[in-house]
Amino acid sequence: MTESNVLTQEENLRENRAVEAGTYEEKVLVRVENLRKYFPIKAGFKKNYVQAVDNVSLTIRKGETLGLVGESGCGKTTLGRTILRLYEPTSGKILYDGVDITKAKMLPYRRKMQIIFQDPSASLDPRMTVGEIVGEAIDIHKLAASKAERTEMIESLLAKVGLNTEHSNRYPHEFSGGQQQRIGIARALAVKPEFIVCDEPISALDVSIQSQIVNMLEDMQKEETLTYLFIAHDLSVVRHISNRIGVMYLGSLVELATSRELNRNPLHPYTQILLSAVPVPDPKVSRSRKRIVMQGDVPSPINPPSGCRFHTRCPYAKAECSAEVPPMREVQPGHFCACHIV
Amino acid sequence: MEEMANKKLLKVNDLRVSFFTPAGEVKAVGGISYDLNYGEVMGIVGESGSGKSVEAYSIIGLLQSPGKVVGGSIEFEGENVLEFSDQRMRSFRGNEVSMIFQNPMTCLNPVYTIGNQLMEALTCHDKAVTKRDAYNRAREMLELVGIHDGDRRMKQYPHELSGGMRQRVMIAMGLICSPKLLIADEPTTALDVTIQAQILELMKDIRKKTHMAIIFITHNLGVVADICDRISVMYAGKIVEQGTADEIFYNPSHPYTKGLLKSMPRVDADEHERLIPIEGTPVDMLNPPDGCPFGPRCEYCMKICLKHNPPKAELSATHNAACWLLTMPNKEETEND
Repeated sequence: MTESNVLTQEENLRENRAVEAGTYEEKVLVRVENLRKYFPIKAGFKKNYVQAVDNVSLTIRKGETLGLVGESGCGKTTLGRTILRLYEPTSGKILYDGVDITKAKMLPYRRKMQIIFQDPSASLDPRMTVGEIVGEAIDIHKLAASKAERTEMIESLLAKVGLNTEHSNRYPHEFSGGQQQRIGIARALAVKPEFIVCDEPISALDVSIQSQIVNMLEDMQKEETLTYLFIAHDLSVVRHISNRIGVMYLGSLVELATSRELNRNPLHPYTQILLSAVPVPDPKVSRSRKRIVMQGDVPSPINPPSGCRFHTRCPYAKAECSAEVPPMREVQPGHFCACHIV
Repeated sequence: MEEMANKKLLKVNDLRVSFFTPAGEVKAVGGISYDLNYGEVMGIVGESGSGKSVEAYSIIGLLQSPGKVVGGSIEFEGENVLEFSDQRMRSFRGNEVSMIFQNPMTCLNPVYTIGNQLMEALTCHDKAVTKRDAYNRAREMLELVGIHDGDRRMKQYPHELSGGMRQRVMIAMGLICSPKLLIADEPTTALDVTIQAQILELMKDIRKKTHMAIIFITHNLGVVADICDRISVMYAGKIVEQGTADEIFYNPSHPYTKGLLKSMPRVDADEHERLIPIEGTPVDMLNPPDGCPFGPRCEYCMKICLKHNPPKAELSATHNAACWLLTMPNKEETEND
């Protein structure tokens, strides 16, 4: 336990030195700088904006899993989709492998960046067979030289996600939720991507199926050296699968740290509340532990609170919190937090 | 008072519910039995399609066609609920048993104010109550569920409230006639973890204040850990294991319960541990397997499991599980004879 702690510290130190030396950049696959995504809405004569993602900067390293957690409406899905440019960013920069793709033509990058959606039944075309769904990506990117190769590719993909070859002639509705999600994963893997945004890939699945899919995602990552952005609201699963976790609140990133560090030493009050709200499947622990229950609901992202967006619900809020936006600071090596109090 | 303590509030005996679909009969609930004491909180845990909601709907008489109770009995304070006339059922619902649902938005009427709907719940069941009393009572209930600006909220419509607030209103509506039993069907599943924590704290609080019995239906074992006295684990329309919360969590005996607990990521895990999933897919209820429904997915599956349904094995006064592993010795004896 202590040994691994030392290790992480060493790792952090190494990284810091790498940053200083300017060699750090090589390891980063996706870099997001001051990303904003505002959705326009009309309210009477006035034009307003939903500030879904506001000024988010983060990096995703090659081969790691970055978890993203937060309540619904905090902008985690929007952030994931904006990184893939399924939404056009309002401002800010997205760099993929060092190349600015904010304005680039996306087709070549679609091969490298893929997404797995939350609701498998809604994200698969009901009129296409499984083979067509998986094969479509192969056709678009012209990955198969011949028909036979195409069939072979589809079959190996289906086998990889635990489906049979005869499944390729069936339609999505003939499958259970867990199997549909496997099809969605096969579809994403069809183009041999490097980076996959997993947008709540397990929250629509049965409890006993969830761990199957989590294990499969982990195996895929090892085999294909994939990089994941894993978005979920279920902290226990994110904690399990992620190397690092980012916590979002109302469009902004409030804390970013390694999974273990965040679990042991959450600094931002919101992270602390979020962690204490996770139900523990252990009666003695959950009876004895005191939940920090947060009052009220998430404010509207149309008119977010001034200063720190969390100050309206924060138990430790001071005058300064409502006046000034707290900057993201590196509190400990590798542990970032945006809070005035910390 | 002593009498009350011995008497059961609810007795479900060998309840069977089937859905008669064009594709065939679906035995959604295949013979479950349990009882509930006054003021007790029981958790029913199961995956989607395990029959946990159907079972609750039959208690409160909301089972819709093509669903039908095909056997067994439900006794509420000694009366058989299944034999109630429509009129008796109407007064039974709300006055004695009420229910809160998973999605509060679809359960509140969007064209009436919150106040209107709360007061309606009361005036429907108690014709003598005056409008002023109903209003005051409704506001009191909102206060109980943690909505403090009651006068303003009473005038608002459901769409003006957030998800957590709506669920609070649903709970207030369920409690307004002071029922003896509250059935909560996945009350926190549609909510965020932080709001879920609020609602769970609220339900614990209400339990302390009102001493009513609660049946808490959920698919998340973590949610029921601290709120429930007893837990029933359902799989494919059957209760596979039943026991106190401590027995279920610290001494799980059915392979399905064990599998569920093992498949959850551990909170205190320091190193990265691989999850141990339950292999296979949930049962197709149209073509359930012979024998134990969990058999095909069970790692300890034996020949007998695929042929005969396991009997209930009593592990303690409060703990039982239906698995051949627990009854096998006797079975071998009989087979040898």
